[in-house]
Amino acid sequence: MSTQMLTYLFVGLSFALYIGIAIWSRAGSTKDFYVAGGGVHPVVNGMATAADWMSAASFISMAGIISFIGRDGSVYLLGWTGGYVLLALLLAPYLRKFGRFTVPDFIGERYYSKTARIVAVVCLIFVSFTYVAGQMRGVGIVFSRFLEVEVNTGVIIGMAVVFMYAVLGGMKGITYTQVAQYCVLIFAYMVPAVFISIMITGNPIPQLGFGAEVNDGSGLSVLEKLDGVLMDMGFSAYTEGSKSTIDVLAITAALMFGTAGLPHVLVRFFTVPKVSDARRSAGYALAFIAILYTTAPAVASFARLNLVDTVHDTAYEDAPEWFGNWEATGLVAWQDKNNDGVMQYGAGAALSPTKPVFTDQKGSYGQRELSNQPTDSVNEVYIDRDIMVLANPEIANLPGWVIALVAAGGVAAALSTAAGLLLVISSSISHDLLKQTLMPSITDKQELLFARLAAAVAVCVAGLFGIYPPAFVAQVVAFAFGLAAASLFPAILLGIFSKRINKEGAIAGMLVGLVFTFSYIVFFKFYAPELNNAEFWLLGISPEGIGFIGMLLNIATACALSKVTAPPPLLVQDLVDDIRIPSGAGIAHNH
Amino acid sequence: MSEQPYHHQGENLPPHDHNDQKIILEQSAKAYWQANLALLAKLLLVWFVVSFGCGILLADWLDQFTFFGFKLGFWFAQQGAIYVFVALIFIYAWRINIIERHFGLDDDDESVSKNEVHQ
Repeated sequence: MSTQMLTYLFVGLSFALYIGIAIWSRAGSTKDFYVAGGGVHPVVNGMATAADWMSAASFISMAGIISFIGRDGSVYLLGWTGGYVLLALLLAPYLRKFGRFTVPDFIGERYYSKTARIVAVVCLIFVSFTYVAGQMRGVGIVFSRFLEVEVNTGVIIGMAVVFMYAVLGGMKGITYTQVAQYCVLIFAYMVPAVFISIMITGNPIPQLGFGAEVNDGSGLSVLEKLDGVLMDMGFSAYTEGSKSTIDVLAITAALMFGTAGLPHVLVRFFTVPKVSDARRSAGYALAFIAILYTTAPAVASFARLNLVDTVHDTAYEDAPEWFGNWEATGLVAWQDKNNDGVMQYGAGAALSPTKPVFTDQKGSYGQRELSNQPTDSVNEVYIDRDIMVLANPEIANLPGWVIALVAAGGVAAALSTAAGLLLVISSSISHDLLKQTLMPSITDKQELLFARLAAAVAVCVAGLFGIYPPAFVAQVVAFAFGLAAASLFPAILLGIFSKRINKEGAIAGMLVGLVFTFSYIVFFKFYAPELNNAEFWLLGISPEGIGFIGMLLNIATACALSKVTAPPPLLVQDLVDDIRIPSGAGIAHNH
Repeated sequence: MSEQPYHHQGENLPPHDHNDQKIILEQSAKAYWQANLALLAKLLLVWFVVSFGCGILLADWLDQFTFFGFKLGFWFAQQGAIYVFVALIFIYAWRINIIERHFGLDDDDESVSKNEVHQ
């Protein structure tokens, strides 16, 4: 069977599985829809959380980004895993004890204020929508690369599948499909990783191969060889960073606190039966995530080494087969600046503009001709960072079914995250906006209907973002973390660990954090991009890391304003006392 | 588990001492919270040291040591810290459970009481 057929088969089978699970686990009540009935086993929830968390960006792009920036890529590895420690130790158990349905639920009750609830809904929708648009696009791109359908057709197919299980099953359907999606995506990630590790080092465990010797008889370790080769070619060493320490600290912190404040992750911990389950479940979630996150940097180094070895100073006619295959999709390109028929790869952008613009012509060696201007750099090769994961199976000479598996894994990663995000958007609208604020008299049945409607509308809006991506989407996804760190995380944390923080403090804090972070990002990314460098940054912190400062401002504002205004009512102080004690959550869930 | 009256307030409490019960509960809740904060402080210190410490601030200094073929600082930043994070969460879940049982505030038998409410 051809690779193309296998890919259709694998992706088709995985879709059938997801839809089958959706029909089996239909939601019958709002409690099913919002928190899967509250009886999910901690290991199952851990696995679902891992799939929820690992998006198309984790699956496809992360290893590629690390591959090209080397040591600086640590900010993503540390930031996106370290946040789970904060989540498990500081937030998840207490939110579970509180035991309602949504994150704005907690903020609204703890700060005894509809305004606080609405501000939380606004923060949540902003964070989640920027994120989900990227996922839909991810689904479309995986489709177009592996199945050769239009990106837009891919988005529509993805929408239809998510629609089926998110609208029918709510959190219940999403939880069990995410378990299946985790299995698909982790298997799809590990198989090529193991083989490329064997190919480069002879060690089948990528985490160990990462530190092992290259099996070319040179006696050098992977990282030593990589450092040496890259420096010879004019790159900086792989194991040396180029970002300033303050910026690395700020970005890591913003990603960590943002991870802990992401609503679609937090809400997963409402689904387990009791408080101790919430803690263990966060541990399982991070363990499942760590399998991919410790493999990714290994894959990054192998792929970079292999790329340099097989492409640099190689005549185009002798280039490996995958180079031609991916040139056809536009992810790699070669411009023969010195007309020697040999690909010189080196530091700096090869082309101007950076992305290749292909003409219909073929060059003298059969390469696709470009209309880009050559740059002054000796570098002749354009390489998209996504290639590092997508082309791995071909680079390691693996059979067609592995390529098909990677396609199914990429789709699973994007769909699982999209569904989780759509659910928190729809529940914040039907539960927090309608039931708790605008239409308190609706019944459970009506609320469930509104939840389904909201989910359906959210799927369509997300799909539209995928088909007509606003120029800002790709740039903004990374900033969702900064916004979550600066708005939601402090409000929840202070609400648990301080009885003195009142509604005035919390509302002002969230608004200060959100507005400050948002303005800083918009200023440097959209209003004055020419000023976006360390010289003009506040304290040398880039827009990626500014969420950390936003968070500190939020906390400072909340504490200062709470000091000069009336303390929260006794009832709220009792609520705080109650959520601090683990016993009684199983009962609280049934109120 | 009749020696844990705190779970089922209002059910079968001896009539003469329900105020005592309430005071005991409040005191153990306070002591439990202090013990919890102390445990959190220790674990978060480790969290900070392995990530921001070993992975970033001390990384350049640690890089002079080699560990399984890695520069040590680089290993912490791209591998080691993640393993420690996973361990920290499980250590917390384990230690806090012991503390909860000590103060009689655990939720060990709660899946049972939940089913009772369902019926």
